[in-house]
Amino acid sequence: MSSRGRVGMVCLIVAEASLFAVFVVAYLFYLGKSLTGPFPSDVLSVPVLGTVCLLSSSVTVAVGARALARGGVGRCGAWLLVTVLLGAVFLAGTAAEWSRLIMREGLTVSTNLFGTTYYALVGLHASHVVVGLVMLALITVFAWSRALRPVHAERVELVSWYWHFVDGVWVVVLTVVYVIGR
Amino acid sequence: MSVLVPPIETPEAAAAGAGWPARLHEWVVTVDHKRLGVMYVVAGLAFFLIAGIEASVMRWQLAAAGKTTVSPEVFNRLFTMHGTTMVFLVGIPIVFGFANYLVPLMVGARDLAFPRLNAFGFWAFLFGGLLLYFSFLGGDGLYGAGSAPSVGWFAYAPLTARAFSPGNSTDYWNLSILVMGFGTVATAINLITTTLTMRCRGMTLGRMPLYVWMMLVVSGMTVMALPPLSAAQVMLLLDRFLGAHFFDTQAGGSAIMWQHFFWFFGHPEVYILMVPGFAFVSEIIPVFSRKVIFGYPMVVAASLAIGFLSMTVWAHHMFAVGMGSPLNAAFAASTMLIAVPTGIKIFNWVATMYGGRIRFATPMLFACAFLFQFLCAGLTGVMLAVVPFNWQVTDSYFVVAHFHYVLVGGLVFTIFGAIYYWFPKVTGRLLSERLGRWHFWLFVVGFNVTFLPMHWLGMIGMPRRIYTYPADRGWDFWNLVVSLGVLFQAAAVLVFVVNVVIALRRGARAGDDPWDAWTLEWATTSPPPPYNFETVPVVGSRRPLWDLKYPADPDGPHE
Amino acid sequence: MTGASTPSMFAPVSTPAFAIREVSFLVLAIATFIFVVVAGLTVYAIIRYRRRPGDDGREPPQMYGSAQIELAWTVVPFLIVIILFLTTARYIFAIEGRAPTAQALEVTIVGNQWWWEIRYPKLGIVTANELHVPVSDPANPIQTFITLQSADVIHSFWLPQLHGKTDLVPGKTNRTWIEPLVPGTFLGQCAEYCGLQHAGMLLIVTVHPRDEFAQWVAAQQAQAADAPAARAGREVFVSVACINCHTVRGTPANGVFGPDLTHLMSRATIGAGVARNTPENLRAWVKDPTSLKPGALMPAMKLSDDKLDQLVAYLVTLR
Repeated sequence: MSSRGRVGMVCLIVAEASLFAVFVVAYLFYLGKSLTGPFPSDVLSVPVLGTVCLLSSSVTVAVGARALARGGVGRCGAWLLVTVLLGAVFLAGTAAEWSRLIMREGLTVSTNLFGTTYYALVGLHASHVVVGLVMLALITVFAWSRALRPVHAERVELVSWYWHFVDGVWVVVLTVVYVIGR
Repeated sequence: MSVLVPPIETPEAAAAGAGWPARLHEWVVTVDHKRLGVMYVVAGLAFFLIAGIEASVMRWQLAAAGKTTVSPEVFNRLFTMHGTTMVFLVGIPIVFGFANYLVPLMVGARDLAFPRLNAFGFWAFLFGGLLLYFSFLGGDGLYGAGSAPSVGWFAYAPLTARAFSPGNSTDYWNLSILVMGFGTVATAINLITTTLTMRCRGMTLGRMPLYVWMMLVVSGMTVMALPPLSAAQVMLLLDRFLGAHFFDTQAGGSAIMWQHFFWFFGHPEVYILMVPGFAFVSEIIPVFSRKVIFGYPMVVAASLAIGFLSMTVWAHHMFAVGMGSPLNAAFAASTMLIAVPTGIKIFNWVATMYGGRIRFATPMLFACAFLFQFLCAGLTGVMLAVVPFNWQVTDSYFVVAHFHYVLVGGLVFTIFGAIYYWFPKVTGRLLSERLGRWHFWLFVVGFNVTFLPMHWLGMIGMPRRIYTYPADRGWDFWNLVVSLGVLFQAAAVLVFVVNVVIALRRGARAGDDPWDAWTLEWATTSPPPPYNFETVPVVGSRRPLWDLKYPADPDGPHE
Repeated sequence: MTGASTPSMFAPVSTPAFAIREVSFLVLAIATFIFVVVAGLTVYAIIRYRRRPGDDGREPPQMYGSAQIELAWTVVPFLIVIILFLTTARYIFAIEGRAPTAQALEVTIVGNQWWWEIRYPKLGIVTANELHVPVSDPANPIQTFITLQSADVIHSFWLPQLHGKTDLVPGKTNRTWIEPLVPGTFLGQCAEYCGLQHAGMLLIVTVHPRDEFAQWVAAQQAQAADAPAARAGREVFVSVACINCHTVRGTPANGVFGPDLTHLMSRATIGAGVARNTPENLRAWVKDPTSLKPGALMPAMKLSDDKLDQLVAYLVTLR
């Protein structure tokens, strides 16, 4: 834990965790308090495919980061590409779910407390996924262009820590929204 | 563990005698922690003058019953902007600006861990501040509903809902603070990383100056406490722009939830503001008493305890909202508990003075006034923790007195002390002691004349945030006294500004170590070179310069 | 400087306010004691250990700490805190835990921007801004329990001589109680910033001897006066938009956005305390409320002078 990047990234993760915690608290507090429907159990179904993709992307990014540390720039790029694709599948799933909720079920952020807290929490998480995917995609491009070198291994590892955090938050969101909340 | 950092170019424009555009450019693009620190403090002091004028207008209006110098709208904007400015545009930038300047020097490092992130933090603050003040011009939304925000600095829901605050003035409040929050968290991350990874050889955590310890605690609190404010502000944004219902009581939303989220940030925030003041006096009092701080480990432990406990007391701002007796009692307990480590520090400072040879230079004058004023502030805080007493005086001028004793009698006084103490290091010149004394005495008189009677006004029924009051309440006399104190404070600040201007032009040369102090910043030139130290220091105790000056009796064996 | 009408928390007239004053004296005493001791020691240190002229400039003996002293000054404050907390908890539960008896008077107050709606549900009375309650005497005690709600933003109900403050929060129902022990008039005002005219949301509580209170109740329960001489003004009242916001029982007016005017003239002030209730002020208010209370939400009624005079002549009959 003695490098600047590691300490900095841990601090960032703590700050982000604090941010997410407040949205989770709001979600839990408002469970069951919507005055009108639609209600969670009516319209939510567990996003299994997206979850599997997102969580396995934590494995692929870890493998990719370790590959770079061992000198495999190309292999790192390949694993990171897989990570990006898995993350993209997750986002596509979220987009599909939102499209269904808005168009078919009539649930928007202004419909009721469920809509408000759901879109805020899931949307906050999705925005962090987007940021992570942008960073990972950039590294993939650098790997392909050979601008990425083994000396950058720690930096890639730090990005992978961010990604693990985002996945960890998804576990919490999944539990709170789709398990407890339904 | 020192880290090799790629060298930062020496600013050559100034050396080459280039014109002002080139020098301005240097400052705009700088990532040097010393320059950014100066910029933070200068900007913070400028906002201090503005917020002081806002307060002066309010006190002019309240000097007698029924005055109508300014309209209710303007008055409500004034107290909102005064509070918001003082907390976010004066307190935060000045304390983090000082940390910016001092922490790398005190740990023997060359700069902060992330210099470009540091610059980002400053510009985010400045942008946010300008955005907030732009509201005076641009706040009239579609409905022409007002200019600067008038919702109070803590912006309770549902007053901040579109229905009750139309137009865009509330949005200026919201967005500007949101932006500044990101900068503050970035700076806190920078400080933590620097402190944990870039200390010079020999400087274990147990040998860091107390200033560095306390800024570490402050930064830790910032990282945990700022994001909840940002979260609440995003929720307010969603409510106001996308019709969300986070704080919409018509849809089942909770107005109290805003208060919980806000104060979960807001209470640590006031410790984030005050602990740097403790950090300043923890450096100043020992030097001017000529004694090592009494009980260093205890002061560190107390600071850590304060940092942790400050996250457990937030709802003591909410004793009147109807949380119920169990919660009221719980928060009374945690609030009283935090008084213990806070009081301990006062004892440590006084014990440091005991047996000393106290020299009352201007920094020490401010530190001594701080001791009495902060003692008063802390005790009124303990009184406020007694919930039934709180039911009477919360949201009254008693509480206004309490927090001004903390933030002016505590923080502003220690900031002035810090300025007099470190100005020679930053500029290479000494401020005038004579003008410093005038500044001090005018300010201490003015401050107490203004804020002491406010305790009484609260106890005889005067609530906060009222633009006027009826003549039959018996509040006239003390309100007049309160307002008169403003004149002394204004004169004091004027003397201070004159002192700074004169000193910059023809102040006496300070030399490396004008105060005969003991921490590493005094081991380099005044001002320090861009790279801070010619050779990376190696330390063997908490007071490296004491060891150098008294090699026969170094600190190490005593610690 | 404090006169008879100064709402001081140190001049309680009601049971909870007395209790609060009691615990306040205790904490004030503790705080004063601590201040005197610590400030005294500090003053002593400043004077005794200041550098004198002719000082040889040597450093004094360095004291790094003392475990015993530091333990002592940790334990003693901690003990003080425990005592203070236990006392505080006792008062919290005693004051907040008080439950109404069968004969307690029930009042509901709804906060509005910027006035107070006051209802006595069991008595069928609706009024505004000025609360009337019976005095409680030891032989025949009677408390007034107040339900607090809000129609818009957060307000706070504070009369220092009667009790500490309790907020009125939209979407939430709070409860408080008072027990005035002497008759008289007591002042207070809203204590949570609620927008433009927060400063103009005053409160008057009149505590009556029992028989007087019964008379007040009877007068309030009566129908609105219908003086033949004021018929013209009554016509103006019911034909113009007044009835959209105001209620006058016995007339078609049953609006609820503004104060109930059935017994308007029984109130000493108008505009929630900003002006005395005189015909001149009433006229000015109806003509343009913002002339007396800038930002008041009642619109200017834009009546001709004749209509205005008739209307005011009617209003002053509503005793």
